[in-house]
Amino acid sequence: MTRVVQDAPIPTIPFNARISRWFGRNVLRIYMIFGFTYLFIPVAYTFVFSFNDAGKSNLIWQSFTFRNWQNPCGAPEVCNALGNSIKIGFLATTFATILGTMIAFAIGRYQFKGRSSSNLLIFLPMATPEIVLGASLLSLFLLFKINPGFWPTVIAHVMFCISFVVVTVKARIASLDPKLEQAAMDLYANEFETFRRVTLPLVAPGIAGAALLAFSLSFDDFIITNFNSGTLITFPKFVYVSAARGIPAQANVIGSSMFFLALTIVVVGQLVKERKAR
Amino acid sequence: MKISKSQVPYLLLFPGFAFLFTFFVLPIINLAQTSTQTPISGGDTGQYTQTFAFSNYIHAFTDNKDQFLRSFVYATLATILALAISYPLAYAIAFKSGKFKNILLVLVVAPFFTSFLLRTVAWKQILGEEGFVVPTLRSLHIIGQQTTLTSTAFAVVTGMTYNFLPFMTLPLYASLERIDPRTIEASGDLYANGLTTFRRVTLPLSMPGVVAGTLLTFIPAAGDYVNASILGSPSTKMIGNVIESRYFKIVDYPTAAALSFTLMVAILILVTLYIRKAGTEELV
Amino acid sequence: MSNDAISARGDLRLTRLTKTYGDFNAVDDLTLTIPKGSFFALLGPSGCGKTTTLRMVAGLEEPTVGSIHLGDTDITTTRPYQRPINTVFQNYALFPHLSIFENIAFGLRRRGVKDVKEQVDKVLNLVELPHLASRKPTQLSGGQQQRIALARAIVNRPALLLLDEPLGALDLKLRRQMQIELKWIQREVGLTFVHVTHDQEEAMTMADTIAVMNEGRIEQMGSPADLYDNPETAFVANFLGQSNLIKGKIEGNDGDNLVVDLFGQKISMPKNRSHAVDNSLYAGIRPEKFRISLTGTPTRGNTLTGGHIEDVSYIGVSTQYVVSMPWGQELMVFEQNDDGVAPFDKGDEVVISWEPNFTFGLHGDEDIEAGTEVNPEEPVNE
Repeated sequence: MTRVVQDAPIPTIPFNARISRWFGRNVLRIYMIFGFTYLFIPVAYTFVFSFNDAGKSNLIWQSFTFRNWQNPCGAPEVCNALGNSIKIGFLATTFATILGTMIAFAIGRYQFKGRSSSNLLIFLPMATPEIVLGASLLSLFLLFKINPGFWPTVIAHVMFCISFVVVTVKARIASLDPKLEQAAMDLYANEFETFRRVTLPLVAPGIAGAALLAFSLSFDDFIITNFNSGTLITFPKFVYVSAARGIPAQANVIGSSMFFLALTIVVVGQLVKERKAR
Repeated sequence: MKISKSQVPYLLLFPGFAFLFTFFVLPIINLAQTSTQTPISGGDTGQYTQTFAFSNYIHAFTDNKDQFLRSFVYATLATILALAISYPLAYAIAFKSGKFKNILLVLVVAPFFTSFLLRTVAWKQILGEEGFVVPTLRSLHIIGQQTTLTSTAFAVVTGMTYNFLPFMTLPLYASLERIDPRTIEASGDLYANGLTTFRRVTLPLSMPGVVAGTLLTFIPAAGDYVNASILGSPSTKMIGNVIESRYFKIVDYPTAAALSFTLMVAILILVTLYIRKAGTEELV
Repeated sequence: MSNDAISARGDLRLTRLTKTYGDFNAVDDLTLTIPKGSFFALLGPSGCGKTTTLRMVAGLEEPTVGSIHLGDTDITTTRPYQRPINTVFQNYALFPHLSIFENIAFGLRRRGVKDVKEQVDKVLNLVELPHLASRKPTQLSGGQQQRIALARAIVNRPALLLLDEPLGALDLKLRRQMQIELKWIQREVGLTFVHVTHDQEEAMTMADTIAVMNEGRIEQMGSPADLYDNPETAFVANFLGQSNLIKGKIEGNDGDNLVVDLFGQKISMPKNRSHAVDNSLYAGIRPEKFRISLTGTPTRGNTLTGGHIEDVSYIGVSTQYVVSMPWGQELMVFEQNDDGVAPFDKGDEVVISWEPNFTFGLHGDEDIEAGTEVNPEEPVNE
């Protein structure tokens, strides 16, 4: 073995080898730029057209204005529809999160007879196309002479949100170390206290995530809503109905605001998580 | 009253399952029941009675077999496109983004916070005469001067691909992220080049994500009618459009129910076959 | 070039190798030759650059500057799959979707080898696990996975086998057993092994030559005995075992020996074991080289008087003493429990002595804490 000979010239990597290595390393990053551009083009369109001074039909660019943002309710139907969507979203999220979390705890924490068929009942609504869910529920309401409208829509939303809540919360429960609960019991906490002081705080981020997911699913749903809402107008329904003759630019204001609001919530959530992890 | 430990899971399940039974299982049973009804002779529109008319299914299918076929072709195309777009993206986020991983993951989902409907309308604008795509393609002579993109199958599949993309990207990311990067390095160390490593190591290990992603994309795409209504034309009608119009415009509940039930069963069969096939491939 | 690379054989030569991340030099101007057929260990604390060096040799990282030669072939920019080099990865990196047989056959199949089954069976016998061929990696214990990872690499008969903390995930007893087996397998198959570890005992048990790395550079290289008995830097003295380093001053010569003053007491040590550059030096003595006797009893060799026993720990094979010296330093002394003499008690007034030939001398400017603060048992994620 030779000892260090530091006088030797420093060998450098050939230029073409560097280029091909650089490309090999960065081809995916370049792809990522294209991918994200593709993802954001429609969002950019929605955002840009929220500044369009277009009156009723917002399909063609006219001129720039802040008016739509200053007065989002300038087209009153938009705000009315938005209000309905938010109300339905809150109610559906609350019920679906409660019911779904209970199911998630049952499946995630207990061994019992019928566990696998329970999983199947959770999986099936997710494997059924929305149109079938919407149409079948409408048939049931009609059978019992219940008129479509606000509450049937809430029920429909709770129904399709439950499965997503169960799956999300269950994943969080499965990632918990059971030793934590054992440690709590070892330190004199009874079952209820263990649940309240250890299990629930640890599962809480999963429940919060599930609730956010449920709200966004409910808020964005069109197909099931269309079947069960009767004459009630929700935000997606409003956009659909007015798509043919042109959507008021205020709808773009609402859509863009939703985008920024949700982005803020998620980013803040991430930051809180990272801060806690430190 | 003391609750015994073995009763706890059932008590937790009861409210949710009662709800799902009433508003999911019962409706499906009712749907099956409606699908074999026939109109009451002399009754109003919308009044039907049970006659076990299984011929409804034959009529429903033969009258709409084009739309059925189209739904499955479009949904398959959209699924394949979404897979092709998402896989490198999910791979890049999982392995090449370092500390930006979480931010990029948020950015992948972020576009889907704007309304599904608004996104679809945005595509109508992008692909329309005033958008930037058509003039660009025309000036590059990729499409003829008279060719339009809106109201075409191309537009419908484009819209579906885009709208269901997160359902593909997220499960793919989840399964790619679970792969130990050292196994990919080990493959290179053991004389496999990039392509072989992908075929023999990365792809097999990410199969759970591929299966979940394709299912989560295909199912909503097959039942969708929003993209076809906004971006398509009468010649791109999917089965969802037919079911919708049978319900609301024609008030033909039995045919709509028969179509819905057929769609559901067809999807369930395809899904089962697919999982089985993918499952065995994974073992090879 | 890449076509010949796969059949390259010979010594591994690293020339002025540097790897920079941002403004941090993970590996700093490293020049090193590892002779064909040797068992070479790169030893150092986490973050010292040893794993980066290994990954550059494997082709998993690209050097910022410098070159890597295998025999006469330049492999600096060759892709990992074009190098006749295989790695036993930390945590093994077995393919979870493939059976043990297919894991081992992976490299053979990629190279289009004909008698795959025969060769896999042979190597499975070598690692004594032929009955596990059809299992999946997750069904194996840690020790079994380790052997399969080794089998998967050596079945390819590489010019060079790289081991990245291969035993880190095993418990102590299994680790000792595997150290002996690895050494045996290396002799059996006659390959060059390059072994990266933070565990000095592991390096000393297995390697013919050890390079101690610190902050991207090699501190010292040599046989295990050289490094232990005659460390050149405080880092090596502390990282390999324990050392007592006493501040002193060279007073003069006495034939082949130096006369050194340690806080007013004169000792002598061989000239060729001093790495001091001027008059000031640290005299280093390993704790087991010291002898303790009660003040007043006769002693041989170098002697330091005025100590008293501060602490006594009886640990079976030996007794460890902490002896407090008049200048305030506490010295570590290990005494074999082989003479039937009753151990000393706390507070006893004692003299410590040792053979002058066991003394080593370090540069007087050294940081005598170097290499003591790093905890070798820390998880290694570089």
